[in-house]
Parts: sequence; C-alpha cells; structure tokens
Amino acid sequence: MAIESYNQLLRDYVELGKEEMADISGPEVVRVENLRVDYGGKTAIDGINISFKRNNITAIIGPSGCGKSTLLRSINRMNDLIPGAKVTGKVYFNGIDIYSRDVDPVFIRSRIGMVFQRPNPFPFSIFDNVAFGLRVNGFKLSKSELYEKVKDALVKAALWDEVKDRLDKHAYSLSGGQQQRLCIARALAVDPEVLLLDEPTVSLDPISTARIESLLRSIKDEYTIIIVTHNMLQAARVSDYTAVMMPDENMVGRIIEFGETRQIFTNPRDKRTEDYISGRIG
Amino acid sequence: MVAETTSVEKLKRSIDRRRYMDRIFYILFLLSTLVSTAALIIIFATLGLESFGFFAHVSIVEFLTSTKWTVLFAEKHFGVLPLLNATILTSLIAIAVAAPLGVMIALFLSEYASANTRSVVKPLVETLAGIPTVVYGYFALYFVTPNLLKPLWEGLQLHNALAVGLMIGVLIIPIVASISDDAMAAVPADLRLAAYAVGSRKSDVALRVVLPAALSGVSASIILAFARAMGETMIAAIAGGFRSILTFNIGESMQTMTAYIAQVATGDAPHGTIEYQSLFAVGLFLLVITAVLNYIGIRVVRRWAIKY
Repeated sequence: MAIESYNQLLRDYVELGKEEMADISGPEVVRVENLRVDYGGKTAIDGINISFKRNNITAIIGPSGCGKSTLLRSINRMNDLIPGAKVTGKVYFNGIDIYSRDVDPVFIRSRIGMVFQRPNPFPFSIFDNVAFGLRVNGFKLSKSELYEKVKDALVKAALWDEVKDRLDKHAYSLSGGQQQRLCIARALAVDPEVLLLDEPTVSLDPISTARIESLLRSIKDEYTIIIVTHNMLQAARVSDYTAVMMPDENMVGRIIEFGETRQIFTNPRDKRTEDYISGRIG
Repeated sequence: MVAETTSVEKLKRSIDRRRYMDRIFYILFLLSTLVSTAALIIIFATLGLESFGFFAHVSIVEFLTSTKWTVLFAEKHFGVLPLLNATILTSLIAIAVAAPLGVMIALFLSEYASANTRSVVKPLVETLAGIPTVVYGYFALYFVTPNLLKPLWEGLQLHNALAVGLMIGVLIIPIVASISDDAMAAVPADLRLAAYAVGSRKSDVALRVVLPAALSGVSASIILAFARAMGETMIAAIAGGFRSILTFNIGESMQTMTAYIAQVATGDAPHGTIEYQSLFAVGLFLLVITAVLNYIGIRVVRRWAIKY
C-alpha cells in the first residue's frame, strides 16, 4: 500500500476541523507545536516546537533527564502507556493532529515505529520477530510474500547476510548488536514512514554501533528518522539536523537550539550548546 | 587485681553462655527442618512397607492391568484401573475448567487490571483455594448435580464424575491463575513496549507476546494444578460415590483412588488384612504419580525462572 493511501485512511478516521489540520505541503512529516508533557503532575518537557523533515535524520541530544525520550515517545503516542502521563499541545503527522480524539494510537504506532535503548527481541525465532508486526497489523500475505517482507526488512537492517541460514533460530542466540539490528528490522517490516530510535546504541560496543549508524544512513532515503542520543559524536556522524535539549532551572526539559547538524557543532548560537558539545556540561 | 580477675571471669562466662545459646538455636532450627524431612521419609517408608505386604499377595501385573477392583467383596480382584480411570477423568474435567479460566484470569490480572482492581481481584480468586473442600463436596452433590446438571442431562446419576470434576476445577483455578500470573509478571515490560511500537493492540500484546513468553510458567501451573486435582479427596468421596467400576460415562458414579482410601480408612478394615494393605498400595501409587507430576512442574517453573 502506498503512503498516500495510508494517509487517506488516517484522514478518514479523523473528522477534520480546520484547527486540527496543518499545512502539509512541504517536506515536514512531523510537526510539534507547544508540546508539554507531565508525569503525575510534574512537568517533564514544555514549550516544545520542532518539525522533522522527510528523508532526513534528526538527532535529539542533551544531558540525561532533559526529556529527550519523553519528546520521542510523544511522537508515536507511547506516552499513552505510561500511567499518569498527560500530553498537551499538538503533534502533527502528515498534517493530522495525532492527539485529536478520533485518532487511533495503535494505527499511529504502525506508521511511526520505534526502537528502544536495549535490544528487546521477543523470545521467538528470528523470522517470527520480524514477521510479528505484519501479523498483528492484519496484513493478508501469502507465505512467500511474508518471507519477502521479512527478508526486505532484514536486508535494510543489514542483518540478512548473517542470519539468512538460520531464520528459525531463537532471537536470543544473536549477539547484542545483532539483536538491536533485529529490532530495527522488526520496526521496518511494517513499513512505517517515521522511525524513532531511543539511544539505540547505548548498550552496544563501538563496532556494533558503527554498523547501526551506517545502516541508518543507508535507509534514510526511504524513512524519516529521529534519533535520541547522548553521544554527541554519534549525532554529528549520522544526523542532518540536531535539536539540543536542556533542563531549565525548574528541571523542565526545553529545546534550546535546533538547526543543521553542521551549524550546531561548528557554530552554535546558544552558549549552553557550546558548553554542552565541548564537554563543559552534561 | 582481684577486681580485674572477677571482670575477666564475668566476661568469659558471658561469652560461654552466648556460645552455648548459639548452639541451642542451631540445634532447634535443625530439628525443625528434620521433622518435615523425617515426615516425608516415614510416609514413604510406611506406604512402601505396607504395600510390600499387599504385593506379596497380588502381582504388580494384575494391579496395573486388571479392570476390576473388588477388594471389599467376597470375590476379590485387584486391578487399580477403575480407580485410576476415575481419578484421571475427574482431573481432566477439572483441568478443562481450570486451565482456560485460570489463564484468562491471569491475563486479565497481569495485562488489563489496574493496580487497584488487581489488589481486590487477586486475593478474591485465591480465596477459592481456601474454601474447605468438604464444602465443595456437598455443594457438588446438593447443588451442582440437581440444580445445574440434572436439567441438562436426564440420565445423570446422583453421584457422578462430572460434578466432581467441575468442582475440583473451581478449586484449582487459583493454582493456574496465580502461578500463570507470576510467570506473566516476569515477562519484561520491554517486550510489551516493543509490541505496542509496531502497532499491536492490547489483545495482541496479551495473546501473542505475554502468553507465549510466559508459556513454560503457564504449563507448569497446569501440571501442578493437575497433580492437585488428582490428590483431591473430599469432593470425590462426597460427590463421586463409591462405585469402583471401569466406565467412561462421566454421568455415572465412579470411585477415585482418593475416595477409595477415604472409604477404607473410615471403615473397619482390620489391621493386616488385604483390604487394609490395599489402601497403602493405592496411596503409594497415587503418591508416585503426583510426585512425578510435581517434579516435572517444578522443573518447568525453574526453566522459566532463569530465562530472562
């Protein structure tokens, strides 16, 4: 199914009021406006305005506790799963406010995939891990179509050559780096438009990290990628745009600077960004 | 000088006293542990010894293959199959009730219920196991059979295996629900998030991730519940009757191994007679079966426990 038909489907579900519809012409896939997230009455992030461009990699960097992951989880409504979380403001996905009442968060998550800090494959075979999303989303696929989709995803995740002879082996037989690439394949298999990655290499060694970074660059022409990292060098290596987050004096996370990665790293406008990327704080 | 000696003496006595007390506590704790171990050994030894007398008269082959159990009659046959059949049939009915219900309760508790609901429902479910089994017994005989089953099944006997199995099933629901719930709680939250992140609904997460990931714990809960069902006595004795005939009609009265033991033990079989000894043979047989099941169950639980 083409992306256009997914978006039509999404629009069909939503009775669009004018205020819910943003301008979708242009390269923006996701736009966040005045976002604020509270957990049990404590504000985690506030005043967040940022947009993410199609077929680009945007890095969100900042010290621990600055709300990077919170922002990321707001983009595919994973915050809904956290008891006591309250989201205010707008998140537009292809012009549709994903927090408007008629939007089905499950459908949103099938269009905006996510990879987590630690590899979390299911205790199933390699094949069943990748096929999982296809099965729960009710794709009517023949056996060979399913195989092709699984293979596609594994190729994109740069794991195919290592596992093609043992797709029926347990996912836990893979190394940590392989498991994380399996998780990326699992997310890609349902063909999302946007891929969110929450510090995906934090538990991996440098070689596995490098492989994941190079695979992200190789798939960015087909997806829009948003990656949270507190490894600044990683942001510099992989991303086109970088957002820098920092907690304010009340420990509320805010974006202090956003721009092209090159500019952020060579010519930061904000003094705090300069201090952070040069290692003076964080 | 004198004062110093006294204080040294005092200190020495105090140390001796505490060393002595330490020793006493050690022995006390050790003895308590030994009592339970000894109980197990004595039970096995008694059953073995008395069974030995039984098997001196009856061949093991007859015991395991003859289809007649007429130990209390003039013409005696010693085939345990009718009793074993009744035990297995009632236990299978019980598992058919308890396994699906218990697993669904566990899924509800671990995946759907809020913390508040859970704190109310879980103890409530566990209360089922705390009801005296004699209550289940007469409830089966005086309520379930006449009021629930009889209207649906004309030919049902007053004592029947179906009502016994159903009530044992209710009794063992908490075993399945509680152990399965523990197994599901041990499934890492990471896996649920991963499932949601590819567009799973709650039922997908419950049925396609949590249930398979907890499968060994769930299987173990069913094995342990089955062992408990086989050992259940009161319900079988009250609502199943004392008819030791090999039949597969669950609407008929049939005597389980436990009900037989209860019958003979509460009767007046004189010490040393074959009737008396048969009780121990049946008991030993039951103990061996349930011990094997428990062993398998515990092994399966262990496998799940070290998985993550």
